[in-house]
Amino acid sequence: MHKLLKDSPGEKIMLLGNEAIARGAVEAGVAFATTYPGTPSSEISLNLFQMSQESDLYFEYSTNEKVALEVAAAAANSGLRTFCMMKHVGLNVAADPLMTLAYVGVTAGMVILTADDPAMFSSQNEQDNRYYAKFGGLPMLEPSSVAEAKDMIEQAFDLSEELKQPVLLRTTTRINHSNAFVTFGAIKAQKTKGRFERDPMRCVTVPAVSRGLHVKLLEKLEKTRDLSEASCFNFVQGKGDLGIIANGVSFHYAQDAVTDLGIEDKIRILRMGFSNPMPENKIKAFLKACTRVLVIEEGEPFMEEAVKAFAQEEGITIPIQGKSSTLFSRLSEYDPAMVREKIALCFGVEYTRPETIDVSDLPEIANRPPNLCSGCSHRATFYAVQKAADGMDIICPNDIGCYTLGFMPPLSTGDFVICMGSSVSTSCGFSKATDQKVVSFIGDSTFFHSGITGLVNAVFNNHNFTLVILENGITAMTGHQPHPGVDMEQMGHSGYGRVNIENLVKVLGVEHVSVIKPFKVKKSIDTIKEALAFKGVSVIISQEPCILFAKSLKLKKPRPFEVTDKCTDHKECINGIVCPSFYIDEGRVKIDADTCVGCALCAQICPENAIRPLKK
Amino acid sequence: METTRLVIVAVGGQGNLLASKVLGEAALIEGVEVRMSEIHGMAQRGGVVESAIVFGNATSSIISDGEADILVGFEPAETLRAIKRCSAKTHVITNTATLPPFTVGIGKGAYPEVDTITRLLKEKTAGLVAIDAMAIAREAGSPMSVNIVLLGALIQTGALGFSKESVIEAIKRRTKPAFLDKNLKAFDLGFEAALNSAA
Ligand code: SF4
Ligand code: SF4
Repeated sequence: MHKLLKDSPGEKIMLLGNEAIARGAVEAGVAFATTYPGTPSSEISLNLFQMSQESDLYFEYSTNEKVALEVAAAAANSGLRTFCMMKHVGLNVAADPLMTLAYVGVTAGMVILTADDPAMFSSQNEQDNRYYAKFGGLPMLEPSSVAEAKDMIEQAFDLSEELKQPVLLRTTTRINHSNAFVTFGAIKAQKTKGRFERDPMRCVTVPAVSRGLHVKLLEKLEKTRDLSEASCFNFVQGKGDLGIIANGVSFHYAQDAVTDLGIEDKIRILRMGFSNPMPENKIKAFLKACTRVLVIEEGEPFMEEAVKAFAQEEGITIPIQGKSSTLFSRLSEYDPAMVREKIALCFGVEYTRPETIDVSDLPEIANRPPNLCSGCSHRATFYAVQKAADGMDIICPNDIGCYTLGFMPPLSTGDFVICMGSSVSTSCGFSKATDQKVVSFIGDSTFFHSGITGLVNAVFNNHNFTLVILENGITAMTGHQPHPGVDMEQMGHSGYGRVNIENLVKVLGVEHVSVIKPFKVKKSIDTIKEALAFKGVSVIISQEPCILFAKSLKLKKPRPFEVTDKCTDHKECINGIVCPSFYIDEGRVKIDADTCVGCALCAQICPENAIRPLKK
Repeated sequence: METTRLVIVAVGGQGNLLASKVLGEAALIEGVEVRMSEIHGMAQRGGVVESAIVFGNATSSIISDGEADILVGFEPAETLRAIKRCSAKTHVITNTATLPPFTVGIGKGAYPEVDTITRLLKEKTAGLVAIDAMAIAREAGSPMSVNIVLLGALIQTGALGFSKESVIEAIKRRTKPAFLDKNLKAFDLGFEAALNSAA
């Protein structure tokens, strides 16, 4: 049985934040869950997917977050407890349905999780999604720890049912990817079959209906404010007259800092866990009890601005500080020492930084940037495109996935990346705006997510570029989740369809479509040259499974290569493809047999034929 | 237990996650609170993986610069890179077997001498245990057990106040049956190696 399905209330177990969140959803009786994978949220969906195989939970990987939210909205309006999860930028994709779903509401509990990523451990920006709650007029909850994240979900579902509104649950990477002890609670029985009751005056958002719904939304928001006032997630700790207002992980940094500084008797902390709408009266009462207040929140001054506005209404003139050049930054994430230092600074507490080590005399240590895996087929595709476009002035829009790493030299095939699907649509723009040849790249999962619409645009407007679809049979970057082009039988799951990318692209009207096997280097280069010569939209589908995934399914047996004596030491292999299995030993190129998988890319580009399968 | 902050640095694929899980399980056995935080994402593609483990009563799960009580490095250059997490009071346990980044492999960047690395670590911190965990893991029968060898060394130093028995029990709970014997042997050999390295 899946470890998160155990019906053993009281059991204490070490869980990853994302596992705790998945467990919380199960305890809350969730019956329906949808997502598009995105770090730092991916393990929540992975666990729910696994559990759906052993229980009545319905789970799906949708093609993108907008689709996931729309699928979920229907379920939550049919009476099922529904969970929809995504990374922060995913909510941008789902923002369109979100804003109107806030009007329509739900008939059963619906929780939408947004996993924000301060410091951008694996994201293209660090937007603060608390504004989506404010923007949409939706309640938002924010846990401060792994254990609290689990417990908050059930209450989020209850809250959603009470208000008949979706509830946003906001985590940050430091919750999603922390491990801590969690105590299992009881598992609520699921309701797995619902019924949709027609209610056009609520559910069909023509202007006449929506005008009424907006009024109702504002009424609900008033009610939500009362709930936020009374919520146990917004609590005050301590009795001093120096105030701290903190949310999320910052609350724990503040708590530790107050203990470390020995100022427990001087400090009063307001922890904000129900953060939209803000509990106005609670905050005003808190301000009245303080002589100075510091707001500690990663990201934007979301609470700080509201707190200052409340103070103005009450005529409270105490100093209220938060973001500033000397206190807290709007950039990146915070850490305990930094929070301690700022608290000491703000409240004039004596504090000496711990002595850190003098690192001025350390020798240079080479960086360890991430790199495409040994034997990754993307490397072969990038190489082939570069060779095929040799001497041409090209622009390479790239997209979101492992293959974004192709931007690094020597492959240098990534010139512009902004969001999922952007490679295709920006290619449309570049091809019209410049005389340069445009060759863009998108992974298969990302193509389904939002590349298709860009390609439709390109066909209709008769743009001129070559799109390379990197079809490696899985969503590799986020940890091997399926997508509509995946062979689910091979993964051991039945009952799924499969969309063929080649057929799809042809049906869209692309006139020049070719398929390459990127490890057949010469042939691939010739095929790519033909595509580049075509005027109009051409698509190359580069098919080869993600080697990491193929190895995990035991579809590929690594067969290492070696560099033989024929090597004349011009290092064309190293300078051309930087496979991480290469190293230099006493000036000579060597291949690490433990990591080489034998893709034979290097063997094909070596002009001396010096690279051969290792003889055992 | 007084708050003890442990940082583990490794290269993706060295089994840092399992090591953290074993220590978490050992904490459960010892009745000590624990919070851990790790960096995922792009790190899976051959980058550095860093875990922070906070034992005891603090409530935060990350460790600031200068605040690690213990640093365990699975790769010597990464141990040195992580020295900013340490203070003069930090105990350091490091593997001496190198895994140079591909940037070095292809001649774009320098890899310091291992002797220089260990000398600097020793000079700047409270104590260093440096062992060739790769060779020891091979001796135990599995090059995959580098992580467990280093756990053995960590426990021997006593810097983390857990008993050997708790950690062995934790290894039993967290190891796949096929690897158990090799891991137990790796743990013992790591423990012994640390003993000898101190002597
Ligand atoms: S996980 Fe797969 S797709 Fe990603 S870099 Fe590795 S081999 Fe390539
Ligand atoms: S065959 Fe060459 S390119 Fe392929 S994994 Fe081995 S060393 Fe790397």
